[in-house]
Amino acid sequence: MSAFVEMRGVSKGFDSPSGRLEVLENVNLQIERGEFVAIVGYSGSGKTTLISMLAGLLKPDSGSIHVAGKPVVGPGPDRGVVFQNYSLLPWLTVFENVQLAVDQVFAKESAPDRRARTERYVQLVNLGHARDRKPGQLSGGMRQRVSVARALAMDPEVLLLDEPLGALDALTRATLQSEIERIWGATKKTVILITNDVDEGILLADRIIPLSAGPRATLGPEVRLGIERPRDRKAVNHHPDFKHVRSRVIEYLLGSSAKRRAARSGAERAVARQPALENT
Amino acid sequence: MINIASTRLWKALVLPLLGIFFVIGLWTLTSATWAPALPSPARTWEVSKPYILAPFEKRGELDQGILRFTWYSLIRVAKGYSLAILIGTPLGLLLGVSKWFTTSFDPIIQILRPVSPLAWLPLGLVIFQKPEPAGIFTIAMCSMWPTVLNTALGVRSIPQDYLNVARVLQLSRQKTLFRVLLPAALPYMFTGFRLSLGIAWLVIVAAEMLTGAPGVGGFLWQEYNALIYEHIILCIITIGLVGFGLDRVMGLIERRFKTT
Repeated sequence: MSAFVEMRGVSKGFDSPSGRLEVLENVNLQIERGEFVAIVGYSGSGKTTLISMLAGLLKPDSGSIHVAGKPVVGPGPDRGVVFQNYSLLPWLTVFENVQLAVDQVFAKESAPDRRARTERYVQLVNLGHARDRKPGQLSGGMRQRVSVARALAMDPEVLLLDEPLGALDALTRATLQSEIERIWGATKKTVILITNDVDEGILLADRIIPLSAGPRATLGPEVRLGIERPRDRKAVNHHPDFKHVRSRVIEYLLGSSAKRRAARSGAERAVARQPALENT
Repeated sequence: MINIASTRLWKALVLPLLGIFFVIGLWTLTSATWAPALPSPARTWEVSKPYILAPFEKRGELDQGILRFTWYSLIRVAKGYSLAILIGTPLGLLLGVSKWFTTSFDPIIQILRPVSPLAWLPLGLVIFQKPEPAGIFTIAMCSMWPTVLNTALGVRSIPQDYLNVARVLQLSRQKTLFRVLLPAALPYMFTGFRLSLGIAWLVIVAAEMLTGAPGVGGFLWQEYNALIYEHIILCIITIGLVGFGLDRVMGLIERRFKTT
């Protein structure tokens, strides 16, 4: 029996005006049911491409992707996505945004049941007081929570989080990180978190997998986290594993980008844009 | 406090009035000096008075109060404009959604778009053999394009994110149209509706002039032929005011439907 989420030899490239760009190459990933996995990498290394393929919004050029034993052929509500920029529909209220998902996925339930379900998820992310507001009237953190509620309300097998907290200030980030951990603890979903913040990965995940610098990015050696839950931000900082994990991941990422630079400047004598490692 | 209030009054009322008086002055000067055939403002008012003071009076087929004429014109515009929107909106949606459709029909649309109402009207008369439908046809043909192009632009400018949401939720085609595409494109569509109405009102004069139908445009042309030039100016002012009013009303509706 294979893993719950499985990517095998997945590669993906795009045609751009300046020629073909191979973004991901030979990506292999196995995730067990109920696991929380963080994929950490540089901006522009192909993290969003990776998650879009898991979501079924993009097709891999080669390799295979399976979720719950079934091959991924397109997007579907079994994989809830929290998009980087929230992607809420601005003409619908908080409640209606979540309701759109619930009505679609639980079309067979009665209308009152669906309303109750919607209400439950709006409450889950603590937005009961804002249920009738439109996204334009919400702060970034609140919008992000609506997006999480919408994804969870589909009751997906896998929750895909694409840099969900990237656009938020540090304080809101910290609050939402705790909230994501709480919700994960309550729902026991399989979660794949894409982030450029190693510390965020350490705080939330069971496993951290680095994604090397692109182009031709691939997943590096995973690091397992044995830090007990629920994790406390301060305690995590002083945990013996913390420094060790953090340095291993960062060293791998820095190493991969140094190699990439060396390869480029040697072969092409071109000035390559140095990718910036953010928030570390 | 008084200062702020008086500044506001100054800006909202006094300055615009100043502009109007300036133009009336220029008009008076022109009619008094190098264009003696142009009726002066005072004379225009004198001759137009019966049409303004009894605006709904009907004395004969082509001798009616100015608002009565305006009403006929508005009805005609409403018919042509409705037709334009009924045809233009789905056409715009198709153009926005389908690349194939765009490639096939965009060239012909770009060619038909700049054609003047004066050119469409004779064709309308040939097709329908009657002035009334020909006029409506002309209004529709001319005013449709902003609706078509803005609707298409609106659909094309929908962020990929919204479409991704529809895909992840596996919304049906119909649901995607009504829950995602239309609401997202609505602000653009209303800009199109507003521009279309402006053109429809612009075309009415030409359509009525050529068909001789009763309305502001028809009245204008008849009074020109009857050498009552004061009424030409009365018609111009009426057309301008009504057009301004229509644009304002559309602006209000547009703002109500704006999604942020």
